[in-house]
Amino acid sequence: MSTATTAEAPTKAPTGIRPPVMDADGRIGPRANLRHIGALVRRNALQIKQDPESMFDAVFMPIIFTLLFVYVFGGAVSGKGNQGEYVNYLIPGLMAMQGLNIAMAVGTGINDDFKKGVMDRFRTMPIARSSVLIAKIVVEIGRMMVATSILLIMGFILGLSIHTSVLELLAAVGLSLVFGASLMWIFILLGLTMKTAQAVQGVAMLVLMPLQFGSSIFAKPTTMPGWLQTFTDYNPLSNLADAARNLVNGGPVAHSALMTMGWAVAITAITAPLAVAKFRKRT
Amino acid sequence: MTRIDNNPEGGAANAVTVRGLVKHFGDTKALDGVDLDVREGTVLGVLGPNGAGKTTLVRCLSTLIVPDAGTATVAGYDVVKQPRQLRRTIGLTGQYASVDEKLSGWENLYMIGRLLDLSRKDARARADELLERFSLTEAAKRPAMNYSGGMRRRLDLAASMIGNPAVLYLDEPTTGLDPRTRNEVWDEVQRMVAEGATVLLTTQYMEEAEQLANQLTVIDRGKVIANGGINELKAKVGGRTLQIRPTDPGQLGAMARAIAEAGLDGVSGTQAVPDEGLLNVPILSDEQLTAVVGLLGARGFGIAHIGTHLPSLDEVFLAITGQKPTLQESESDDEIQEVAA
Repeated sequence: MSTATTAEAPTKAPTGIRPPVMDADGRIGPRANLRHIGALVRRNALQIKQDPESMFDAVFMPIIFTLLFVYVFGGAVSGKGNQGEYVNYLIPGLMAMQGLNIAMAVGTGINDDFKKGVMDRFRTMPIARSSVLIAKIVVEIGRMMVATSILLIMGFILGLSIHTSVLELLAAVGLSLVFGASLMWIFILLGLTMKTAQAVQGVAMLVLMPLQFGSSIFAKPTTMPGWLQTFTDYNPLSNLADAARNLVNGGPVAHSALMTMGWAVAITAITAPLAVAKFRKRT
Repeated sequence: MTRIDNNPEGGAANAVTVRGLVKHFGDTKALDGVDLDVREGTVLGVLGPNGAGKTTLVRCLSTLIVPDAGTATVAGYDVVKQPRQLRRTIGLTGQYASVDEKLSGWENLYMIGRLLDLSRKDARARADELLERFSLTEAAKRPAMNYSGGMRRRLDLAASMIGNPAVLYLDEPTTGLDPRTRNEVWDEVQRMVAEGATVLLTTQYMEEAEQLANQLTVIDRGKVIANGGINELKAKVGGRTLQIRPTDPGQLGAMARAIAEAGLDGVSGTQAVPDEGLLNVPILSDEQLTAVVGLLGARGFGIAHIGTHLPSLDEVFLAITGQKPTLQESESDDEIQEVAA
């Protein structure tokens, strides 16, 4: 029989630990921003630890792709059943492709992730909203590094030989990571714009297939019809594949590397702000 | 930017002030000019059926959505003009637990501590402290997805408390919980309130508002339809019921007859409820209460217990709107009846 149990004269709240006082405008300083990104990277990394199956694509995709392409196309592309030569052509190109595939997974993953209640909590907290997206990208770059390591190990097993130096190999890896990170912004934007993860996947496949195969990743564009050559020449994946290939095998790098960096910067400059704005507005 | 002084009456300051808040979603007006105030250190219950606009209100006040018109300030900060400052002063516990399911309870709290700029050491200490306080220490290392509904809700409350928010929003904190778990959550909220938290609580459960809130704002279809203290609202609806438990349940009938025959001014409709061993006497004033008890004493009836019972908030809603709460889903209807039962 309690009709009025609530306290009328409340005591003072416990002091406990108070967060540091913000500046008058409530802006988040760069150091705080880094700390927030760090905490969110930890979250994304712990999620992978909790759900190791989410690493399957990064681990098995490079194994299956290398085996498949080297043994199915290798003989045909390089002629005389000479797969060894094709390995050196293909592996640097696959670095480029992997970035695209992992970036696509980011789009579908983020679509699911951002429907969860915890995103509401993040969006009501005094953190830059971009930090949630940046943390995701940092972890995905880690996944790309795992995938690329496995790709290279597979390559060495199948006969990949470095004609230049380890430094140039690392430059090729670095270039594909930078480009892959820029692609992630496109797919994050897609993931935040579309309603379901399936829809994201559908659109992504439409873009993915022509970009991957209409490039210099698998075959030399000189063997293709003229109109397609024009397409592959402007396809940023060709630029990246060429740059990575020449870094590993020796050859002119400057043009294709600069083009790749240009694409990466342009894509990030356009899609990153759009993605952050989309995340901010999403209700 | 300076804090807006909103203390016109000189009493306790308003922690939340909402004036004429409007939010459309397409053609539907989720909020249609809502005014409300939450005084510092009090609990305001926002009561309304499903679809009344409660969650939209909370989302506006926590900067998740931008209102179309009207103003709202929380801890002196404007929701539209000063969202960054405002976010530092609020805690939100939603209808759907907003913790990361894949992370353990401890990791969730640690992460939020770090996002609120606590040092590593402080974030660890705060996580341990809050897990302990919300009786989750044993489950600290388990992923939240393996928690029961009540544990998840408690973790969610703990997460909202990390930054010692000036204002805490509880958006239907017990929706979908079984009665036992609901009581657990109520206990926690009552503790926070006793410690001086300012809370805006939305609920569709009358009983919940009665348990937790000091003040009540009733909304329906995006509009405020009543406002005031719980007892004020109940007084509007009508009188109280005096409940008397005799020492000898066998005397219920005799007592009811004695009251009826005495013809006390304005006292009528006395009912004996033998199943509960109670005598229910509708009364309108304290004088009538005294008269009834005095009469029974003078006639030599033994009284074991007396109490007065205010009308339920279901009845309040009925009295204000002339109808039962407009419910959108039959499912919620069941929930209400379950709680009211």
